[in-house]
Amino acid sequence: MHERQNKYKSRKYIVQTIFVAIAIIFLIRLFILQVVENEYKLSAQNNVLRYVTQYPGRGLIYDRYGELLVFNEACYDLLVIPRQVKDIDTVLLCRLLNISTEDYIKRFQKAKKYSRYKPSIFLEQISREDYGFLEEQLYKFPGFFVQTRTLRKYPHTNAAHILGYIGEVNSNDLEKDEYYTQGDYIGISGIEKFYEKDLRGKKGLKIKMVDVFNREKGSYMDGKYDSLAIAGKDLHLTIDLVLQEYGERLMQNKRGGIVAIEPSTGEILAMVSAPSFDPNLLVGRIRSQNYSMLSGDTLNPLFNRAIMSQYPPGSTFKPISTVIGLNEGVLSTKTKYSCAGENAKPIKCSHNHESPLDLIHAIEQSCNPYFWKVYKSIIEQDKFSTVQEAYDHWGNEVRNFGVGKILKTDISGQKDGNLPTHHYFDGYYGPKGWKAITTRSLSVGQGEIELTPLQLANVAAIFANRGYYYDPHIVKAKGKDKRDNTEYINRTDLPYSKEHFEIAIDGMKLVYEGNHGSARWHRVKGISMCGKTGTAQNPHGASHSVFMAFAPVENPKIAIAVLVENSGYGSTWACPIASLMIRKYIQREFKPTRTEKKILEANLLNVIPEED
Amino acid sequence: MRERKAILYNIDWSMILLFLLMMFFGWINIYSAVFDESHSSIFDFSQRYGKQLIWILAALVLGFFVLIIDSKFFSAFSYIFYGLSIFSLMAVLAIGTEIAGSKSWFQFGRVAIQPSEFAKFATALAVAKYLTGINVNLSHFKHIFRLGLMIGTPAVLILLQGDMGSALVYSAFILVLFREGLSGKVLVVGVIAIALFVFTLLINKFIVMGAILVLLILVFFMIGKQKKSLKWLFIIFIAASGFIYSVDYAFENFLMPHQKKRINIIIGKEHDPKGDGYNLNQSKIAIGSGGFAGKGFLNGTQTKFKFVPEQSTDFIFCTVGEEWGFIGSIIVVGLFLLFLIRIIRLAERQRSRFARIYGYGLASIIFFHFTINIGMTIGLVPVIGIPLPFFSYGGSSLWAFTILLFIFIRQDASRLEIL
Repeated sequence: MHERQNKYKSRKYIVQTIFVAIAIIFLIRLFILQVVENEYKLSAQNNVLRYVTQYPGRGLIYDRYGELLVFNEACYDLLVIPRQVKDIDTVLLCRLLNISTEDYIKRFQKAKKYSRYKPSIFLEQISREDYGFLEEQLYKFPGFFVQTRTLRKYPHTNAAHILGYIGEVNSNDLEKDEYYTQGDYIGISGIEKFYEKDLRGKKGLKIKMVDVFNREKGSYMDGKYDSLAIAGKDLHLTIDLVLQEYGERLMQNKRGGIVAIEPSTGEILAMVSAPSFDPNLLVGRIRSQNYSMLSGDTLNPLFNRAIMSQYPPGSTFKPISTVIGLNEGVLSTKTKYSCAGENAKPIKCSHNHESPLDLIHAIEQSCNPYFWKVYKSIIEQDKFSTVQEAYDHWGNEVRNFGVGKILKTDISGQKDGNLPTHHYFDGYYGPKGWKAITTRSLSVGQGEIELTPLQLANVAAIFANRGYYYDPHIVKAKGKDKRDNTEYINRTDLPYSKEHFEIAIDGMKLVYEGNHGSARWHRVKGISMCGKTGTAQNPHGASHSVFMAFAPVENPKIAIAVLVENSGYGSTWACPIASLMIRKYIQREFKPTRTEKKILEANLLNVIPEED
Repeated sequence: MRERKAILYNIDWSMILLFLLMMFFGWINIYSAVFDESHSSIFDFSQRYGKQLIWILAALVLGFFVLIIDSKFFSAFSYIFYGLSIFSLMAVLAIGTEIAGSKSWFQFGRVAIQPSEFAKFATALAVAKYLTGINVNLSHFKHIFRLGLMIGTPAVLILLQGDMGSALVYSAFILVLFREGLSGKVLVVGVIAIALFVFTLLINKFIVMGAILVLLILVFFMIGKQKKSLKWLFIIFIAASGFIYSVDYAFENFLMPHQKKRINIIIGKEHDPKGDGYNLNQSKIAIGSGGFAGKGFLNGTQTKFKFVPEQSTDFIFCTVGEEWGFIGSIIVVGLFLLFLIRIIRLAERQRSRFARIYGYGLASIIFFHFTINIGMTIGLVPVIGIPLPFFSYGGSSLWAFTILLFIFIRQDASRLEIL
């Protein structure tokens, strides 16, 4: 045992030699790294590397004809690294920046609280002129430096709701996506939010050497570790600025929304929410102040009524009932129902007309009792064993038209409208407590059914196409090479025969062209139009004026829905607005008309007409 | 009572002093690495430096308990410890919690324990125990094979947890075996294997094989064209080619893309300071920027900007390098060298073979951690995440090293007892 131990005892020297060898190799390497080489060394005078983020230009936004809607303008942020700030002339700095000494102290404390070692924004969005003066004297303020940023600018004051706005990231965004750092901008609503990843591009990084006097000493290692910023993608919208601007003008001093769609593609031509605001208000340093002003406004201009407001469709629902009734086989063009006008039960008719009427004339004259009977005949078919089954069958048919569904589209913030299932009525009346007559308001588009203007415009597109629609969307193409946005080319076909749509369309044509049609005063010479008025009762005030339409009848170019809140009959406001929009889109130029003048001058913001 | 006093008297206090110095220096560097303005007290227990203090105090208690246990306890229960370790390594694979990509933790409420840390001393004990057996001889293939199995099993289990760094630690036992009589050729072959490994990855494998062939032919002519040597030269060529081929194959097929990349960066084949090379580049900048005298305590800009990830754990040496400069580097490297040499000295003065072998095990493990950890921060070895003993933040590793060390100190304290 002892022999063997001794035999290898000398090996302890080899082991110790290995230990010493590694230690020596490390020390040589460390000596080279720390003492000899300058590559990894910041100079002994406490030179510091400054990591300057290169912000890419955010993508520009154009309308469908290439008109510029959003661009970028340079501005300057002043950053500070508190640890490097030593013996500066605070008074001079305050004068250059136009801030008070107290403000300076407050801002400096805030930066210090964030970090003494990392740069943070001291004063944001300094104008070009102020920057000019500051730049000359910046060397006097070690620890302070300037970073170029861009602000969004809008040459036109239109489409604020569509475009949305950008603002600084919050802690939530920072947590969700590593790309962002404190002070970065992110799209908060509209297109800016939905297409954030396309628009933002990719940040770059420049590493600069700075000496104690805050002077830049050039790139670190000749820019070996720098990266370039990559600009964001431009977006080309489906919006027609001319139509959008016109729609916003027509809707001035009114509350409501307009959505116009090109039926053959699902491209949204105009989307108006009134009242609107100038998008330039939500830019830069004035943003937070203006934001609280706008959000405090009782008319709620920040609210996008075109996609977020849900209204009963009123009589614009009747063409849907027509198609469903024809499809169920409980209705034909020859079906006639009598109407007792004011005395009709259980639903009265709001106007006098001859009785009985056939289907297309019932659409033309919007006969309520007629469509109550259509609804009743659908629900009370023998094939259903319970009212619940019958009602849900009807409900599912209605949902085929996109009612109660979020449409697949690139507009964020959309509401899904409303159409309850039988559980709602079971809960309200008890499972045995209701039948068709209990839910009769639904037959004329009142009560529990609600649509957003976007959904109603999509219904108009479905009729224009005679039974199908493309996802309504707002971005046509992306990038410099205008690559098509292929995400929204899905076509949805409704399970109804084309002939059934043609019958409903015959009725909708009479709304304009018939002797008793509710839109007969708003015909446009040379354009054949189809439409349907609606007067949406609402429990909170006067009825909303609703209209949906498309034109030309045979080869539709535009489908549209208009809603004017609390303004009464569909034929009074929504119908002429829709007709003018169609005319604008198809004819572009026309002489001012009396109706146009009346609408432009009307102020319906506070008009609450009597309930009828 | 007399025995207790004897232990106190016989304890090697220089080891204890080195141990305390390393923990203290580690602690203040952790403080600097994760320093936070709003929690500036080093005793703030919500921060890592406060927590590390708790781990350190607990380690002292742990060390004390190891010292009062009978010295024969560890050799008697070696295999039991080893068995328990293997069992817990298997259990963690089944019911462990995954932290940072490795399924190697047991979660007890807010405390996570890493059994692979504790398997190190169990393996060291078991190897020592086995080698003290009668008739165990390191020239017998059977014994080498059993030892290989004993060392390899925990390594493979840890590898299965996804913790390559900790698994590689077991290769350090080759030094123990070498001291106990394993042929020196194994060490030489090991070094040649590493060289071939690097060349294979750097250069096309066929070129390396060709070069070896040319070299062997030259050797053949130089030694006078002896027919007898031809057979051996041929066998060497086949073995080398097989090794080269399998390295290439393993590299391409078994390693994860990030592991491949890290190795490529070290051998200079790839340059990627923004991606996988980021840690390394930042680490070198931090250490290099320290200069000769360092920037001073709490004044490291690179580390304060949090450019170097894992700063308080695997990359703690960056803080040392940046704030204490080359002087600090000398101190840390010197401390470790002193510590390692001291362990070897103590191991050699043991009368008990068990204690000596265990001492070598301790030295080898610490040496491996030291080499890989500091080597990676200065770009000499690939980035493999293992802690710097007694320096890096973390309870499990500190406690495991403490137990590992104190078992040895305990053995040494009773070296004068009759065997």
